Amino acid sequence: MSNQQKHWEKTRSLLFITLAIWFVFSIGIFLFGAEMNEVTGPFGYPWTYWFTCQGSLGAFVILIFWFANRQEKIDEEFGFSEREDD
Amino acid sequence: MIKGNFIDNLPRVYGIYTGGFIGFIIIMAIAEQMGMSAKAIGIAFVAFTVFIYALIGYLSRTAQADAYYVAGRQVPTVFNGMATAADWMSGASFVAMAGGIYFKGYGYMALLVGWTGGYVLVASLLAPYLRKFGCYTVPDFIGTRYGGNLARFSAVVVLTVASFTYVTAQINATGTIASVALDIPFQYAVYIGLISILLCSMLGGMRGVTWTQVAQYIVLIIAYLLPVFWISNKMGAGFFPHFMLADEVARIGELEQQYGFVKNAAADLKSVPKGLAGITKAHSAVNATPWAFISLALAMMMGTASLPHVMMRYFTTPSVKAARKSVGWSLFFIFLLYSSAPMLATLSKLSLIDPNLPTGIIGKTFAEVEAIDWYQNWNQANLMFISDFNGNGTLELNEFFMGGKAVVLATPEIAGLPYVISGLVAAGGMAAAMSTADGLILAIANAISHDVYYKIIDPKAETAKRLVVARVLLVVIGFAGATIAAMEIQGILGSVIWAFDFAMSGLFFPLVLGVWWKRANRQGAIAGMLGGLIAGAWYLVWVRTGGSGFLGITQLTFGIFGSAVSLVLMVVVSLMTAEPDKATQKMVDEVRVPSGKTILGKSH
Repeated sequence: MSNQQKHWEKTRSLLFITLAIWFVFSIGIFLFGAEMNEVTGPFGYPWTYWFTCQGSLGAFVILIFWFANRQEKIDEEFGFSEREDD
Repeated sequence: MIKGNFIDNLPRVYGIYTGGFIGFIIIMAIAEQMGMSAKAIGIAFVAFTVFIYALIGYLSRTAQADAYYVAGRQVPTVFNGMATAADWMSGASFVAMAGGIYFKGYGYMALLVGWTGGYVLVASLLAPYLRKFGCYTVPDFIGTRYGGNLARFSAVVVLTVASFTYVTAQINATGTIASVALDIPFQYAVYIGLISILLCSMLGGMRGVTWTQVAQYIVLIIAYLLPVFWISNKMGAGFFPHFMLADEVARIGELEQQYGFVKNAAADLKSVPKGLAGITKAHSAVNATPWAFISLALAMMMGTASLPHVMMRYFTTPSVKAARKSVGWSLFFIFLLYSSAPMLATLSKLSLIDPNLPTGIIGKTFAEVEAIDWYQNWNQANLMFISDFNGNGTLELNEFFMGGKAVVLATPEIAGLPYVISGLVAAGGMAAAMSTADGLILAIANAISHDVYYKIIDPKAETAKRLVVARVLLVVIGFAGATIAAMEIQGILGSVIWAFDFAMSGLFFPLVLGVWWKRANRQGAIAGMLGGLIAGAWYLVWVRTGGSGFLGITQLTFGIFGSAVSLVLMVVVSLMTAEPDKATQKMVDEVRVPSGKTILGKSH
């Protein structure tokens, strides 16, 4: 398998992991919205309410930065990093 | 004060700008103490900020194609994040979102999740690859990846339908704010708003829009956060509202229990002015089925990843790596406002309905409420209304009605903040609506000038001529949008959500599969774009004309149906026709590697 194929394979698995985490915070938890809202969560807000106001939103911000860093590592590993002057 | 390259000096330039703006707010506050009238303060705020944007637009003028279309591809990550956030957060986000949460609670908050979660899709599926491609516009990618004028043209059609639906709402919002702040009739205010918008984009294209959007972000975020923190402190709810409003949320739940949600008779509701609503849904309880919530969030997320005016912001970064990081910064800057909207809704609601607070009006007599200054002002502006349906003389929860915009516009006044804050909020709303309108008009005009005029009609046109065509189109589209906005066909929020649905119906799968599925070919993409758009539009018309719909897909989520049709058509037609040629497949391989030259040349 060529360097490029291996790079794409790793990129694709990173995509699947990223989308899986995205799915949990955007869809998964809201399947149990009613149940989860009975429980008190961060800062004293009900869990579901907190996720819609802050939790999921913040998780997405962190997820994108995490994804960007992992992808940069993959690019470096296979020598596909961009030169700064490109 | 400023030496050397503009890009290297950005932090300093915008630092000075922010300081200057804060200084302006302080001067206005002092002027208010010295007796400057509320109206004059409103005019000063809007006129001053619009003048600054126009100045930036003038200073960014350019005669080069890559500066006009993609700001020369040298916008640093953090600044592109701010520009995208301003591009993204429209008049609807600024003025209407807290109101929506105030009235509808949990079911509405699906939009908060949807309008942020979509950025994960943008970062992982699309933005870095489209940046590597080096296109000027979204149809540029479709046209080159799939080949052929029909594919390119179909993408322009979808883009125009989605963006135009969106832009009328934004021009409408600029008009509304300009008409309130400058005290002129809406029909004229719309055109004043339009001229301000064009001043930012006409001379500098994407470059002008980028630097004004950064300036607009700074104004709008100050204008949103300052009142939220101030009100929270003034009410004694906590100095950092985001972490400290749990008791207030619980208290609203208690009051809801105590008052109950009394349903008004249809005859009584007839007397309520159009556009105003009462509180009929619980504030923090789960009041929507999982599917209603998830389908709306999903439609907004996929729509986010298909809206061309957002995608094209990531064409302006210096590298692929920067494009990825820039998506993260965009969402961070959006998060600052979106996480504050529910807090504002909470503070606003509690201050009105809690009888223990001095501002609470529920439980007071009608004579008392009618004597309050702010009630008279906002009643006159047609944003508040009370009516004694049960004739007992005291105001009940179901007898108080308010417009969605009032949550953002009126809460500072209700909480007793000085008028300078209301002027600031007007400037913020204007900034939010203008920045989004600029991005949208530019997306449409660029697609038509670059993809239809230059790539299809006259491929030999010189740069100067292309840019003249681009600017003429900008003005024409702006006026068309303003003319439709002046007719006031439809509310701000409804048309924004429709734009997302149109975009995802026609563009989501053709864009994503263009990168992630090598086998996708021209025939499939064309079928996917046009089929998806037609299916989505048909579903919308069907539901609007009394159709029952299916699977719980409403007129707000019709994109789920449209994009499903698009996916099926695209896969089936692609597999039934020949696979793309070797050159195209090689191009897709190229796109997947971040290093190396862009697919399309620097100037094309």
